[in-house]
Amino acid sequence: MFRNALEWLENRTGAVSAIHHFLYEDIPDSSGWHQVLGSVALFAFLTQFFTGILLAFNYAPTPGDAYDSLRYIVTQLTAGSLIRGLHHWGASLMIIVVVLHMTQVFLWGAYKKPREATWLVGCVLLLFTLAYGLTGYLLPWDNRAYWGTVVTTQIASQAPLAGPYILRLLGSDGGAIGVVTFARFYAVHVLLLPVLTVLLLAIHLILVRRHGVAPSAGDFKPKKKFYPEQVLKDTVATFLWFAVLVTMAVAVKVPLGRTADPTDTSFIPRPEWYFLFLFQILKLFEGPLEIVGSIVLPTLAVLALFLVPFIDRGKMIRVRQRTGAISLVALGALGWAGLTARAIATTPPSTESENAGLEHIAAWRQIPPENLAAIGYFRKENCGGCHLLGKSGSAPDLTAAPSQKPVDWLIHHFRQPAPGAPPAQLNATQLKTLATFVTRRGDNDIEAWKNAPQPAVDGAMVYDANHCAMCHVLNGSGNNVGPALNGLADRRARDWVKDHFADPAKYSPGSTMPPFKFNPRDLDAITGYLMQIPK
Amino acid sequence: MDNQDTSRRGFYSLLINALSGLMGLALAVPAVAYLLSKPKAGKSPDWVDAADVNTLAAGEPREVVFLRSRVDGWRVLNEKATAWVVKMDPQNVVAYSPSCTHLGCAYHWDDQAKQFVCPCHASIFSIDGKVLAGPAPRPLDRYLTRVDNGKLLISPTIQKS
Repeated sequence: MFRNALEWLENRTGAVSAIHHFLYEDIPDSSGWHQVLGSVALFAFLTQFFTGILLAFNYAPTPGDAYDSLRYIVTQLTAGSLIRGLHHWGASLMIIVVVLHMTQVFLWGAYKKPREATWLVGCVLLLFTLAYGLTGYLLPWDNRAYWGTVVTTQIASQAPLAGPYILRLLGSDGGAIGVVTFARFYAVHVLLLPVLTVLLLAIHLILVRRHGVAPSAGDFKPKKKFYPEQVLKDTVATFLWFAVLVTMAVAVKVPLGRTADPTDTSFIPRPEWYFLFLFQILKLFEGPLEIVGSIVLPTLAVLALFLVPFIDRGKMIRVRQRTGAISLVALGALGWAGLTARAIATTPPSTESENAGLEHIAAWRQIPPENLAAIGYFRKENCGGCHLLGKSGSAPDLTAAPSQKPVDWLIHHFRQPAPGAPPAQLNATQLKTLATFVTRRGDNDIEAWKNAPQPAVDGAMVYDANHCAMCHVLNGSGNNVGPALNGLADRRARDWVKDHFADPAKYSPGSTMPPFKFNPRDLDAITGYLMQIPK
Repeated sequence: MDNQDTSRRGFYSLLINALSGLMGLALAVPAVAYLLSKPKAGKSPDWVDAADVNTLAAGEPREVVFLRSRVDGWRVLNEKATAWVVKMDPQNVVAYSPSCTHLGCAYHWDDQAKQFVCPCHASIFSIDGKVLAGPAPRPLDRYLTRVDNGKLLISPTIQKS
């Protein structure tokens, strides 16, 4: 039955003999473990292709949605975080294996006549691999992505003559990164590069078959077959690579920062680890020489890589005797490692936690301060004694539906909740704040209502009682006279904030904020509250 | 080819297939889970205020428009939605989802015939939602409803009959 099906397939398509032909290719007797890297690189590409398509099923490629859709993939979908991990770490591991593959070919001198074209196509594929890294870096649209890409496009703009045109091609006229740049990076990442990669991979493989796998120098022994021994070696190497990838995808969290904020001047951009050496080279050249580091040196290096088979045209010799090639690789590796280590050591730590976008932010930290204060008034007046939250009691459950009563009615009700009940001790402004709250509360308010910690609520009441919102914006509410207070903890130490209230001008010269003399309890409450409101 | 060589080759093929199979599985299983499992439940929809019960006449269906928030992937949409509301008695109001249970067309109330009629494939439903004729496979779907203080509240979760 199975045999019949195979026969039918062979008769109609020739697929069976094609596979046979592929597997039983003659390879040199000297082939072995050193030649497995090409297969691993191919598998790495296929894995990226597969996981990339899976991500695209749930990813919306526009600055408005990209971040939220990625967050949705990672936090809401089964295996979403794993698939993003495979794609993210797969990119890094693919770069490693591609570079190792090229290094092996270089060390063994396998680029020599007649295999120059195979080498050239391979060089283009290396550049493609880096281009995937560069364009993919923008797609999460968090601060890392945004600011990293700002630097990249600025570097491209320095190219002599072509600079402005490259910038226009990147959709970044004038240097801004917006919807157009995003669309272009995405199109390059998922359309242009994959199509060209598949095409060049096909040419690369056809050339490998045409010229055969390169034998080591002095290998005149009879040829052997690709299958099964070398195929097994390739498979084992691929499996090891894949095991490392899966382990990383499961065990190492892929960073996701906060959504890209072009107005955030505190973020320190840095590229992915494999570009750090370039980043460091930039620091070595200053002023008018900067272009040497950003454009000239990288261009020369790429050119030299392409020219390798035309510079080194000597006969094949044993790899151990290729001292020149070995020293070059050693020098390159040392230089790369040194620059990368220096870059890591000299870049100050980011002000933003690299997983800031994955942390759950409690509802009370996101609602306007007057709403949190209103929750405080509700608790202080013991309104919850009758208005049970989330269940029906002797009075309506205020979390089920917003109150439909007019504000005047509500204020009157607060003053005299029920015959014989004690009247509220709140002042007129506080009563109005509470009345507005019960008629307009949203989902986050309800969650905060149920579980906001009392110290934070106390802080919000101090904030509200002292009319801080007259001059400061916090969680979208207030006036823009003084600095906005979201993310204060990222900018100021707790003691600075605490001491600042009593004498603002001393800590911020030129500040027009009046001094506030809080009692120690209120001071702790408002400081603690402000330090916990995220950016 | 001697026997030892054949069994060595057999062992190699087995290893190649096993390792490739493992890798394929490690990619396929998460992919299937990712594509076929439901997203983790977001917030359950709130009760929304849809109509004043006193303005509804008993036994006369009315199409009401209400605002609801709906989770659409990574977005929460605030959108208009409609329901066919019928007051059975002052404490019992039902709200039907406005889509025919056959293929999702919008149906309407035929006041003359006193029945719901779907224009697409002529499904006909009685005022209590039962299928009277046509290809509809089940009675009209309902929203959860509640009457509170004279207000009709709707929870926009569809309850299939």
